[in-house]
Amino acid sequence: MQLRLEQRQSTSRAMQYATPVIAAGLTMIAGIALFGVLGTDPFLALYTFFIQPLTSLYSIGELLIKATPLLLCALGLSVGFKGNVWNIGAEGQLTMGAIASGGLALAVYAQDGPWLLPLMLLAGALGGMAWAAIPAFLRTRFNANEILVSLMLTYVAVQILGHLVHGPWRSPEGFNFPETRTFGDWGQLPILVEGTRLHAGVFVALLVFLAVWLFLSRSFQGFKVTVAGQAPAAAAYAGFSNKSVVWVSLMISGATAGLAGTVEVMGTIQQLQPVISPGYGFAAIIVAFLGRLHPVGVVLASLLMSLMYLGGESLQMSMNLPLAVTGVFQGLLLFFVLGSDVLVRYRIRLVRTHQTEPA
Amino acid sequence: MDGLDAAITILVGAIRAGTPLVFAALGELIAEKSGVLNLGVEGMMLVGAVVGFMVTVTTGSVYIGILAAVAAGMLMSLVFGVLTLSLLTNQVATGLALTIFGVGLSAFLGIKYVGTPINGLKPLDIPVLSDLPVLGPLVFGHDLLIYISFALFAAVAWFLYRSRAGLILRAVGESHDAAHALGYSVIAIRYMAVLFGGACAGLSGAYLSLVYTPQWAENMTAGRGWIALALVVFATWRPGRAMLGAYLFGGITIMGLHVQALGFEVSSHLVATLPYIATIVVLAVISRDATKIRLNAPASLGKPFHPSA
Repeated sequence: MQLRLEQRQSTSRAMQYATPVIAAGLTMIAGIALFGVLGTDPFLALYTFFIQPLTSLYSIGELLIKATPLLLCALGLSVGFKGNVWNIGAEGQLTMGAIASGGLALAVYAQDGPWLLPLMLLAGALGGMAWAAIPAFLRTRFNANEILVSLMLTYVAVQILGHLVHGPWRSPEGFNFPETRTFGDWGQLPILVEGTRLHAGVFVALLVFLAVWLFLSRSFQGFKVTVAGQAPAAAAYAGFSNKSVVWVSLMISGATAGLAGTVEVMGTIQQLQPVISPGYGFAAIIVAFLGRLHPVGVVLASLLMSLMYLGGESLQMSMNLPLAVTGVFQGLLLFFVLGSDVLVRYRIRLVRTHQTEPA
Repeated sequence: MDGLDAAITILVGAIRAGTPLVFAALGELIAEKSGVLNLGVEGMMLVGAVVGFMVTVTTGSVYIGILAAVAAGMLMSLVFGVLTLSLLTNQVATGLALTIFGVGLSAFLGIKYVGTPINGLKPLDIPVLSDLPVLGPLVFGHDLLIYISFALFAAVAWFLYRSRAGLILRAVGESHDAAHALGYSVIAIRYMAVLFGGACAGLSGAYLSLVYTPQWAENMTAGRGWIALALVVFATWRPGRAMLGAYLFGGITIMGLHVQALGFEVSSHLVATLPYIATIVVLAVISRDATKIRLNAPASLGKPFHPSA
C-alpha cells in the first residue's frame, strides 16, 4: 500500500476554504507538542497564547494595532503574489515609509498643523513606493531578480534608519538614546478608544483594504495582474505588458508597506527608533498566503497573525517563555498552509503496489 | 613592507569572510542544478549556526559541533524537500517559509546561549610552513574549515562536469521529463541535491558561529544566505565563479571595516550596507543579458515534478 497524489480535474473549492483552517489546526497541534517538549503545561500555554490576549479591552486594542501594519503590508503583497511578482522586501519598504514620514514630522517640528497628518501619510506611501521602485526598475530594465533585490534593500533600509537615529536625527533632548524627538501633536494619529492605544491607523488599513479589493475585483489593471500570475502565456498573447504588471505590483505593495511603517510610527511609537517593526513585513508574507491572496482572507489572517504576536508576549510575561516562540509558530503556520495546499489541487489516494513487487 | 602586510591581512580577511558564502553558494548551486530553487538558505544557515554552537558548548568539542550543524542543516532541507518534492508546494513560498521558520527556531533555541563564550576553531599552526613570509598566512595559516571549503569546491566542480552522476543531476535539472523517461528517479535525485544544499548551509552557519565570530547572536547570518543565493546567479551556475564571487564579497565586507580602522569618519551603519548594495549592483549587471541567464540557468529550475502528469 502506498499514498499517491492524484491530480484533480479542477481545483477543489471546498478545500480552498478548508485548508487555512486545517493549517491553523495543525499549527495548534504542533504547538501542543512543542510546549510538551519544553516541559510546560501545553494547554495552559495555548490558553495563554491564544485566549488570554483577548480577555481585556486593552489587549483587544493591541490586537487591532498589530493587525494594522500586518494587514497593510499583506494587502499589497497579495497583489504582487497574484501576479507572480515576489516582493519580499516589505519590511524595507515599511522602514523607508517610516523614515520618509518621520523625517517630515521632524523637519516641521514645532511648526506643524492639521495639514501634517495627511502629508505624513502621503510621504510614507511615497517612501515605500520609492524603495519598491528600485527592484521594479532593476527587474524591468536589467532583468534582475526582484526577490533578491527587494530583500537586500531591506537590510539597507534598516541600516539607514540606524544611521539616522544614531546620528543626524537623534533627539537633542534624548540623553544620547538612539531615538528621535517625539513627533508633534499633528504628527500623531488620534487615539480611538479611551483606555487603549488603538489609533486611527486602523481606518487607514480599512480604506486600503477596500481599495485593494476594488482594484483586484473591478479594475482592468487588477485583472491583468491576475492573468499574468495564473496564465503568463495567455497574458502575453493578450498583449498585457509584463513590465506594467511588475511596476503596478511593486508600486502597490511599496505604497501599502510604506503606509504600514507610517501608521506604526505615527500611531504606536510616535518617534523613530532603531527598530520599528518586529518583522511585520516578513510576517505579512505568511498573512498573504494564509488569506489565500484574497483581501477578505487577508483581513482574517492578519488578525490571527497579530494574535500570535500578542500570544508570544503574553507567554513571555506570564510563563517566562522566550518571545521567539512567535517566530517558530509563524514558520510552522506557513509550512502547514503551503503543505495542506496540496489538497486543493490533488487527491490523496491509497494505492496497492503489489504489482510492482518482484515475483 | 607595511603595504604588503596590509594587503595580506585584507586577503586573508576576505577569504575568512567569504568562506561562509562559499559553503552556502556551492550547496545551493548543486540544489539549483538539479532544478530545485531553495530560498531557505538563510534559515538553514541560522539553524546550523545555533545547533553547532549549542552542541559545541555542551560537548566541548568544536568538531562534534560542526557535525551537528551539518545534520541540522540537512534536517531543515529535508522539511523543504518533503514539502516541495513530495507535496509539490511552490518552491519560492516554501523557501521563504523555511527562512522564516529558521529565523524563529534559531532565536528560540539559542536564547540561553547569547553571549556564551566558546573556544572557536583556531587556525592550523603547521610548524615552519605557517611561519613563512607571505605564503605562511595566505596558504598555510587557515583554519580547517577553509581547507574543507577548498576541497568541497574541487569536489563539486569535478562532480558536476567530470562525473556521470553529475551529468545525471544536470539532466534532471534541465529536463525532468526527459530524465524521468530515461528511467532516472527525478524525485530521489532532487532529494539528495536538496540535502546536500542543507548540509552545506549548515556548515556555512557553523563557520559563522564557531570560527568567524565565534559566538551566537540572533540573526547573526545578516543576510549572507541571500547573498549566497545571489552569488549562484552571478556565477551563472558555475562553481568557480561562485567561489571567486564569494571572496569578492568577503573583500567588500573587510574593506568596509578597514576604511573605518584607517580613521575615516564613516557611519558604521552606512558601511554595513556595502555588501548588500554591491550584491544589487552586480546582480543587475549580470542579469542584464537575459539570454545569458536563460542559457545558463537550469531549464527546470523551480518547476515542480509530478510523474503521473
